[in-house]
Amino acid sequence: MIWDWDYAWEVFPKIVGDGLRTAVVATVLGSLVAYTLGLVLALLRRSPIRVVSGITWAFIEFIRSTPLLVQIFFLFFVLPDIGLTLDPMTTGVIALGLHYATYTAEVYRAGIEAVPPGQWEAATALNLPRRRTWTAVILPQAVPRVLPALGNYTISMLKETPLLLMIGVLEIAGVARQVGSRAFRYVEPVTIAGVLFLVLSLAASLLVRWLERRVRYRN
Amino acid sequence: MIRFDDVVKRFGDVVVLDELNFSVAPGEFVTLIGPSGSGKTTILRLLMTLEKVTSGQIFVDGECLSHMQRGSRLVPADEKYQRKVRQRIGMVFQQFNLFPNMKVLQNLTEAPIRSLGLSRAEAEERALELLELVGLTEKVNAHPSQLSGGQQQRVAIARALAMRPDMLLLDEVTSALDPELVAGVLALLKDIASSTDITFLCVTHEMNFARDVSDRVLMFDHGQIVEDAVPDKLFSEPDHERTRTFLRAVLERG
Ligand SMILES: Nc1ncnc2c1ncn2[C@@H]1O[C@H](COP(=O)(O)OP(=O)(O)O)[C@@H](O)[C@H]1O
Ligand SMILES: [Mg+2]
Repeated sequence: MIWDWDYAWEVFPKIVGDGLRTAVVATVLGSLVAYTLGLVLALLRRSPIRVVSGITWAFIEFIRSTPLLVQIFFLFFVLPDIGLTLDPMTTGVIALGLHYATYTAEVYRAGIEAVPPGQWEAATALNLPRRRTWTAVILPQAVPRVLPALGNYTISMLKETPLLLMIGVLEIAGVARQVGSRAFRYVEPVTIAGVLFLVLSLAASLLVRWLERRVRYRN
Repeated sequence: MIRFDDVVKRFGDVVVLDELNFSVAPGEFVTLIGPSGSGKTTILRLLMTLEKVTSGQIFVDGECLSHMQRGSRLVPADEKYQRKVRQRIGMVFQQFNLFPNMKVLQNLTEAPIRSLGLSRAEAEERALELLELVGLTEKVNAHPSQLSGGQQQRVAIARALAMRPDMLLLDEVTSALDPELVAGVLALLKDIASSTDITFLCVTHEMNFARDVSDRVLMFDHGQIVEDAVPDKLFSEPDHERTRTFLRAVLERG
């Protein structure tokens, strides 16, 4: 089996054009869902109302203990039965976001607990309203230092986007397989897909490293 | 007016305060001294509602901190009631506890705006006056991390004063400072004590300062008051052996 440069150049634009865009869009939107929902879960988990924190705990454990692929299938095949039909891309974004939210929730929790107790005490001594203590004192200190950890989950998410193939969303790997199946020749498209993931992950890692240095400098 | 009525505070099995009774009159400057671990910080934290009493009651201006009247019954205080009582009390911490994510100005305006409902303009005017009082006008746009310990503690004092408290709790506010910065902060506190009618409850190991500014000094040991006297009496001719040995130990240390 030898490498065919002409064929590689022929399929390259298609994999980059359709595949890369879909992978990036799914990862970016999925991350936004994971970052926001994760914060909400982290806060609910701390709720003084036992039922609320209990249900949140159970939800997080449940999502974490089941495979992402099963969750994707569930959203795609089961939700329409109860009258909620979403297009494949939306389903994928929600599934990725939901799944990773249970991990980012843990990241936020650690960040919140790393804020010194003296900050809470000063806020109480100044009679600052509870909500304002969160938004002006605790989260502005907790969130910046967890940004690198959140970024790492975005990189993981990127590498899981090929699962969306199962519900017909073709990103890099999906397009590569499709292209390959047309010509019965997979080496070039699959290699290109691998290299693309490598480049994206490395670029994202560099970004996270840079964030890490900034965060360390700030503290 | 502060009053402790048979206050007991336990952490697990450890009895920190044992049926403690004392009161502080309006405008009085009362200093708490005593060995480390004797419960001084706990007293201030109870008043600031950072801890709850195990039993007994604390009154601030006649209002109980832990309970409130509902109809004819006493029920545990809710957040709204606590916020009202807490409004009158300010606290300065050993470790300053400034908000590192805010500039000096916002550290001073945040609570007056969000808690007292002052307008931004009013709050900033008040903040600038207080920065002048503590001698840090030029640091208004600095971040806490750019300030020395002494400067941070001055900002923390200004921040507490910005809430116009009737009572100020000081917990070893110079213990975390480099020695050369201590005198300045103590002078500032003396200045504030003599120029306002704020009630002070102060924990300190600075005996000269305590003697200088206090109306009354309470000597603590094992969660109980050993001796309660005016400073001249307590420092010159204490009645109790425990007070004498404690003072001797503090003097030897420096
Ligand atoms: N949150 C806590 N949990 C358990 N023990 C505590 C806690 N806070 C204080 N203590 C204990 O209570 C005692 C009195 O502490 P503290 O009031 O800080 O004393 P002081 O300020 O006089 O040094 C100490 O033995 C301390 O270990
Ligand atoms: Mg103490």
